[in-house]
Amino acid sequence: MERNQLRRQVALTRQSLFDQGFLDDQFIQLEDLQDDANPNFVEEVVTLYYRDSARLINNIEKALSVYNFLSFPSLLDFLVQQHFYIGAKKVKAECTLFREYCRAGNGEGCTRTFQQIKKEYATLKGKLEAYFQVLFHLMLPLSSLISQ
Amino acid sequence: MMTVDCQRGGNLVSEKKFPVGMRILAVDDDPICLKVLENLLRKCQYEVTTTNQAITALEMLRENRNKYDLVISDVNMPDMDGFKLLELVGLEMDLPVIMLSSHGDKEFVYKGVTHGAVDYLLKPVRMEELKNIWQHVIRRKKWYPKEQNRSPNQDKVDDGAGEGEQGVTSTGSADQNGKLNRKRKDQDEEDEEEGEDGNDNEVSGNQKKPRVVWSVDLHQKFVSAVNQMGLDKAVPKKILDLMNVDGLTRENVASHLQKFRLYLKRLSCGGHQQGNMVSAYGAKDSSYLRMNSTDGFGDFRSMHGPGIQLSSTSLSSYPPGTLLGRLNSPGGLTLRGIASSGLLQPGLLPTNQGKNLFQGISLEPKQLQMKSINHIGEFNHKGDTAGFTLARCFPDVKVTIGSLSNTISSATSSALILQANPLQNHSKGSLVTQSLSMPSLNQESFDVGIHGSSNFLDHSRCDDNWQGAAQLSAFPSFRHDPLPSSTLRDNISSTTSRIVNSPIDFSSTASLRGPLEDSRVDMQGQTDFIGNIFQNTTNYISKNRWEENSQNYNPGLNGSFGAMNSLVSGNGSSGALNQSMDQRKRFGASMIGQSNSGALSMFQHPDVENFALDPKMRSNEDVILEQTKSQNDFVQNSYESLDDIMNAMIKQGQNDASLMGGEFRFGSFSPGSCM
Repeated sequence: MERNQLRRQVALTRQSLFDQGFLDDQFIQLEDLQDDANPNFVEEVVTLYYRDSARLINNIEKALSVYNFLSFPSLLDFLVQQHFYIGAKKVKAECTLFREYCRAGNGEGCTRTFQQIKKEYATLKGKLEAYFQVLFHLMLPLSSLISQ
Repeated sequence: MMTVDCQRGGNLVSEKKFPVGMRILAVDDDPICLKVLENLLRKCQYEVTTTNQAITALEMLRENRNKYDLVISDVNMPDMDGFKLLELVGLEMDLPVIMLSSHGDKEFVYKGVTHGAVDYLLKPVRMEELKNIWQHVIRRKKWYPKEQNRSPNQDKVDDGAGEGEQGVTSTGSADQNGKLNRKRKDQDEEDEEEGEDGNDNEVSGNQKKPRVVWSVDLHQKFVSAVNQMGLDKAVPKKILDLMNVDGLTRENVASHLQKFRLYLKRLSCGGHQQGNMVSAYGAKDSSYLRMNSTDGFGDFRSMHGPGIQLSSTSLSSYPPGTLLGRLNSPGGLTLRGIASSGLLQPGLLPTNQGKNLFQGISLEPKQLQMKSINHIGEFNHKGDTAGFTLARCFPDVKVTIGSLSNTISSATSSALILQANPLQNHSKGSLVTQSLSMPSLNQESFDVGIHGSSNFLDHSRCDDNWQGAAQLSAFPSFRHDPLPSSTLRDNISSTTSRIVNSPIDFSSTASLRGPLEDSRVDMQGQTDFIGNIFQNTTNYISKNRWEENSQNYNPGLNGSFGAMNSLVSGNGSSGALNQSMDQRKRFGASMIGQSNSGALSMFQHPDVENFALDPKMRSNEDVILEQTKSQNDFVQNSYESLDDIMNAMIKQGQNDASLMGGEFRFGSFSPGSCM
């Protein structure tokens, strides 16, 4: 029972992520890649994503602070790329926008969108973490749930 | 599943199960991308190895190229430019490389393709796209059965096909008329490669045409026909008429004529030690030999492809005299003619080289300074960048034409002597090395060797016009061992493509190499011709050289160099080549195809065997050698048809290298340098 509930919960959480536009189809592809041989694939990828994105965002922030727009393109590419892989829809959109601003040399726009990026990223991260928590619980062996 | 003959490095992918189990090396500095890619590939049932550094990837590949069937790499990486990696892998290992990028900009895609990528995928990559990537492996294997098992016959037959995609194809096209197609990056069009000779017969890429065996009798007829009208005025059609032989086509004659001319040229130029024909003919043709430097070179100059800098830089790295020394030492004939010092100069390559290289070829008894050539091997891997400069490599190829003279015994009157045909610059942009422009020869004649060169220089740019070298006009007594020209050609063609970047001067040189064993010169499919010539010289060259050379040659050089090396080394001077030859195995095959058109001819080692190894390689090497040589010393571009050379070489078996006289020394190619 709990298990079923858990499953439902997982499903719902997951669905909401999609519905709210946080994730897109790419995420589904990631999930597809997960299988018995790679049971934690998605989670691993997402973890990598957190790590790298955090780093990138930091770098961008630093660059922004010194108005080093030149380094943006490559950094941005990375960032966008990652979001692509994850399917982080909203963050991706912000990143793309950010890239455009950078290209256009619009400092104001850059700063603004960058803040958006950070915000979206934080939100997404929170959501994903919550999702994985639930998922994790689902994955737990039944026995451990029995205690509940 | 297809049955594919994946013989890469011994890891024979199960033919029936292919593409399952196809081994892929994935390179991307973004961990997420790499991870996702790895999983995607695993889902397709491929065997995946990953690394996040380009340098590591290169090391892994160099360590054992046969462990992988395909490479997938991101273009944007911190430690090395993805395009460069792409080039290097293609050249050195002759593996298909797929580019990945988050940009789909046309420029990037263009760049990827011109650097040899077999495909260009956008990130994030999808499963559907990856499901079909095995086609690239098949294509390459099937059409370019390179190196590993290229049997001489095979080479002959599929000149074009063999060389593997890498660049090979072009050589074929290097017809004498300079239609080198080189650049094949990823081509399946092997057919072109063979084209060297202008004649469509032989080499045209997958030679489907049956090879004509130039028996002694046939050759005699040929020679007397040529004599009747004078070498200068000899044209295939007339010769054909005079000979009055059934089943012989004009193309056969044309390519043979080309080889003959080259041969003569070599004889006359190279100061062969063996009483070359030249003496018989009286090198009169300095004019001939003059490889129309301009012609051929024209292309070289253009060749400067980014990667391959035949230029002096690479050459300079090599001790100029090194190879030459080697070349000269062995009994081989050092193409003195070619020595137009211009050629040999290590730094000579391309651009200006064109002239230089060819000069050597002129019959002038200049010392062929093959020195430049020698370094093909030496090109040492300057680094990836430099290494590839095929140009460099080529110059090293020293072709010694020593033995040619012997073979040319029957050399008909001197008139026949290699006429340095104005290299038919067919190569439009590529190395025109077409070498020995045998004046009377038709345009077609040269290309053999030179075709290859063109390839080298520019991947895409070089025209395979190597022609110059190929003209082996002087084939007097060729044994007519059918050289696996096809292979050579292929190789050369392919190599040419690869090497093309740098103006392969040496193509021209190669041709000039003159009497190099005809075979070399006339790589174009005139195997038989070459056979004879090569016999002598090829002996050494082919076998040893290849092997050695393969090793030596720079990774950068696509396999072709390797091949070249072998070829070149035949004379024992392989030294230079050897070094470069290492890589050449793979490379050689491909390279050779391209560039070698010319080069191969040179090689005519009787020992064509070596070449057989990598037909492609050989060709490439030849080409490379040629090319490199051109820089330094005009490698004998006589490779007209690599195939021919190859064939000859192979046929010859290990004849004494003496015939070969022309020693191609492929300088050590520095793989890096090419780039």
